[in-house]
Amino acid sequence: MKQKTLFIVSAVVLLLAFVAAAVFYSGQKEEAARQLAETNRAALMRIHSPTMGNPDAPVIIVEFFDPACETCGAFYPRVKKLMAAHPDKIRLVLRYAPFHDGSDKVVAVLEAARKQGKFWPALEALFASQRDWAANHTAQVGKVWKHLDGLGLNMEQMAFDITAPEIDKLIAQDLEDARTLNVTMTPEYFVNGKPLPSFGFEQLTELVDQALAESTR
Amino acid sequence: MNTPAHIETPADKASIGWTLIFIAWLIATASTLGALFLGEVMGYTPCLLCWYQRIAMLPLVLVLAAGLFPFDARVVRYALPLALAGLGLALFHLALIAGWIPESIKPCQQGVPCSDVVVVWFGFVTIPLLSVMAFAAIAALLLITHIKGSK
Repeated sequence: MKQKTLFIVSAVVLLLAFVAAAVFYSGQKEEAARQLAETNRAALMRIHSPTMGNPDAPVIIVEFFDPACETCGAFYPRVKKLMAAHPDKIRLVLRYAPFHDGSDKVVAVLEAARKQGKFWPALEALFASQRDWAANHTAQVGKVWKHLDGLGLNMEQMAFDITAPEIDKLIAQDLEDARTLNVTMTPEYFVNGKPLPSFGFEQLTELVDQALAESTR
Repeated sequence: MNTPAHIETPADKASIGWTLIFIAWLIATASTLGALFLGEVMGYTPCLLCWYQRIAMLPLVLVLAAGLFPFDARVVRYALPLALAGLGLALFHLALIAGWIPESIKPCQQGVPCSDVVVVWFGFVTIPLLSVMAFAAIAALLLITHIKGSK
């Protein structure tokens, strides 16, 4: 009987220690991420980034994303809906974090489409066809083109534009900023400079609501 | 005839065995929770060798617990192979990060390289070292249980 008590007490103590350490650690991490974003405001936004929405919107969502990242694709329509729910109040700024193999090539395709004013339709087409060109966490840029067919892009110009050296520089800058801000997973959101306390769409909505409330005050 | 006070009765033997297995279980459980903490809470991606060591460590928590209630000294037979396999993997991992094993036979080229050292505490404690110590302690406790039990 005493042995059983000893066993159960030990198991409970170990589990409680684990939970307490986890809570303590995430609290610390959250605080550290907040401070990191605050001291590195310049790294959060660059003029070169694609943006959507009212340029004078009181709430700015900065999203680090990878076109080959499934969760980014899943979150995109929800973020769009969130923006539609608060018209002219939210601006979305996209930063590249091509962590998947081959993703940087797909970013180049997006940038080339952007030159023709078709960034957002191209992004949506790529997210919709992700399953085809980004299987097994590897982006295959060769499989991307056919999904852009209906967008009216000048493909010859595209093929030329994706080789532009500015694109490499832009990606390098975004990746460096991601490192500065300790962005290791995509998507990562910052709402008016504040990182998500933990990952999730509810947390994003909450931060946006908070920022909206602050802006109307 | 009086029985001498210091001779171990079977009940005493069982109680010592129980304590040894219980300590081994404590080490296995603490190691498992520690590994989960590093992976799930701190967000370190385990490398391939770490996964193999987890595969050896995690069942020990359940196997050793099953051997405690009711106490069954034969649990050593089931737990020792796991502990030794884990010890072997952990030693290999330690040799890898120490550079004793040449690059060419290094496994896991993709993903997280096993030769990366993510955590160093007090200047010398690394995760593979902790793993070696945990597996070695568990294996030692199991062996002692076995030897005591067969006397």
